[in-house]
Amino acid sequence: MILTLAIKNLFHDRIRLAVTLVGILFSVVLVSVQLGLYYGARKMIVAMVDNANADLWVTAYGAKSFEEGGVLLNQKDRHAALSVPGVASAVPLYVHFSEWRKPGGGSTSTIIVGFNPEDDGLRPWGLIAGDESSIAEPGGVAVDRTYLNDLGIIGIGDTAQIDFGRVRVTAITEGIRSFTMSPFVFTTLNRARALQNQPSDAFSYLLVKLAPGTDMARARTVLAERLGNREVLTKSEFRDRSLQQWLFSTGAGVALIGGALLGLLVGTVIVAQTLYSSTKDHLTEFATLRALGSSAGYIHRVILTQAAFSAIIGYCLGMAIALAITTLSEATALPLLMTPWLAAGLFAITIGMCAVSAISAILKVTKIDPAMVFSR
Amino acid sequence: MKSEPVLEATDIVKELGQGAGKVRALKGVSLSLMPGELTLLMGPSGSGKTTLLSILGCILAPSAGSVTLAGQRVDGLDPEALAGVRRRNIGFIFQSYNLFPTLTALENVRLALDVRGMSAAETVIRAETALREVGLGHRLQSYPRNMSGGEQQRVAVARALAGDPAVILADEPTAALDSENGHQVMALLARIAKEKGRAVLAVTHDPRTHSYADRIVRIEDGLISGEERRVETGENITRYDLTRKRKANG
Ligand SMILES: Nc1ncnc2c1ncn2[C@@H]1O[C@H](COP(=O)(O)OP(=O)(O)OP(=O)(O)O)[C@@H](O)[C@H]1O
Ligand SMILES: [Mg+2]
Repeated sequence: MILTLAIKNLFHDRIRLAVTLVGILFSVVLVSVQLGLYYGARKMIVAMVDNANADLWVTAYGAKSFEEGGVLLNQKDRHAALSVPGVASAVPLYVHFSEWRKPGGGSTSTIIVGFNPEDDGLRPWGLIAGDESSIAEPGGVAVDRTYLNDLGIIGIGDTAQIDFGRVRVTAITEGIRSFTMSPFVFTTLNRARALQNQPSDAFSYLLVKLAPGTDMARARTVLAERLGNREVLTKSEFRDRSLQQWLFSTGAGVALIGGALLGLLVGTVIVAQTLYSSTKDHLTEFATLRALGSSAGYIHRVILTQAAFSAIIGYCLGMAIALAITTLSEATALPLLMTPWLAAGLFAITIGMCAVSAISAILKVTKIDPAMVFSR
Repeated sequence: MKSEPVLEATDIVKELGQGAGKVRALKGVSLSLMPGELTLLMGPSGSGKTTLLSILGCILAPSAGSVTLAGQRVDGLDPEALAGVRRRNIGFIFQSYNLFPTLTALENVRLALDVRGMSAAETVIRAETALREVGLGHRLQSYPRNMSGGEQQRVAVARALAGDPAVILADEPTAALDSENGHQVMALLARIAKEKGRAVLAVTHDPRTHSYADRIVRIEDGLISGEERRVETGENITRYDLTRKRKANG
């Protein structure tokens, strides 16, 4: 009966129900877009570190993010690293901002990623055209399909100028997005150096693999000692640094989470307002219920059921729209992330929001005087 | 019928309002309700009828005095406990029916049973039985807005009956009804008292209701001013025995 009463109360005033549902829907869409962007951004920011095959990262001291490591390491560092017991391999990686001059004129900022195709360090993934070995061909680079337009090219075979040299697109990837909006351009380690006029033994990172059974903490300490003015980071530390840099130092993450909180606040206010006014309209009925001997808990359950019912419908509508937006965003440079866990979390948040919204209505009925049932 | 009173209020005082607006609505009222009897509570407007009914119904707590319901002292209980007492022992009927407009007749009655924690199946059976008893077996799925006042009040009577309470309290149950419906509802209340051995108390202004009463209690200015009891005579004529219980004035 609680469900029947709650639903009938809700449908009794359809305009108010519509306002409630729009409030929840708006809130769900806003929160899921903001959180979807947030998690999408996180995924993008850590993608390179996640896809690299490394137990430890050796970086220049104070490297703030994957993109900002500089080109400060050299062959001496590699030898030092390889001399540490337990280090199985130390693969150099080159990462630096570069200028891409489009074939049709104009230029854009890119991030050049130089790797040794014969090393098992970081390689472009998700190839949809060309193959990895083609990058070793003269001028060969791999770029992501998402950015073809930004790079002023159409596909395989197109050429452009990077800093001091010409490059030719020989492979295309799908899904390597850049949070900085500067597309990644994969090429060989040597070509990366040559394009940027860097010494022939310079690079940005050492991707260290440890032999099976090596004590990581110990190896890390020894590495740090032997490498002196370098930093040795675990995978998760390096991820956190990049996240810290792009999401929090720039304020982007705070803005996204703030937007989500704002969505919640607006939803809560709207739902609280409509639930309260609905409760006020049905106050004599609640007083009658109380006179008939219902416990306070029974009445609270009616109101909470109204809130939960609104939450479920509002969530379903909102999630349908959020999923549509997520799908549409897939082809853009800033795709939203929606996972079953995030959807479940949003559901819990929606239910929680509606429960909080019910507080004012519940306080109202708690003060109800069953004596008001007798018209005086 | 010599039996124990099911509801007994003794020396009830009730003050309403606060500060300068404070009113002594009841000034020491004693009243007992017997099973099987329909008692009418009559008195001028503002005399304290509704206040007394609310106290008897465990909706208001008395400022002083005691209320005993089915052998249990109920004055001084907290609001939750009072709700429990109402749920178990009392059925209410209101002047303006107080049905839930969004629920059907059947659902209205079921709700009062659901509040008592009955299973859904049992609420349906009991609610249907109660509605048939008041002659509304054919209106189970009707909404209050599609029913006449008399029908709505009979739904309310069914709602009060369904939980099988020992006491039924009605505040001006016929005030909003035309003569025919008023008679129907009063006859129903009298029958409920007789057949089920319940104590029924109805507050009323309405002289048409007299003939249904086993007993009429008069209240004036917060004090019981008299009581009359029906006597069945050989000729089946109803008259009232003026066993006036004069209360000492202050
Ligand atoms: N909440 C309240 N605050 C202050 N005074 C009140 C309150 N409720 C009732 N009263 C007063 O208490 C007295 C008794 O009121 P009550 O409603 O019991 O009378 P009644 O006999 O039911 O009258 P009526 O026939 O008009 O329904 C009246 O003088 C009324 O004005
Ligand atoms: Mg009254």
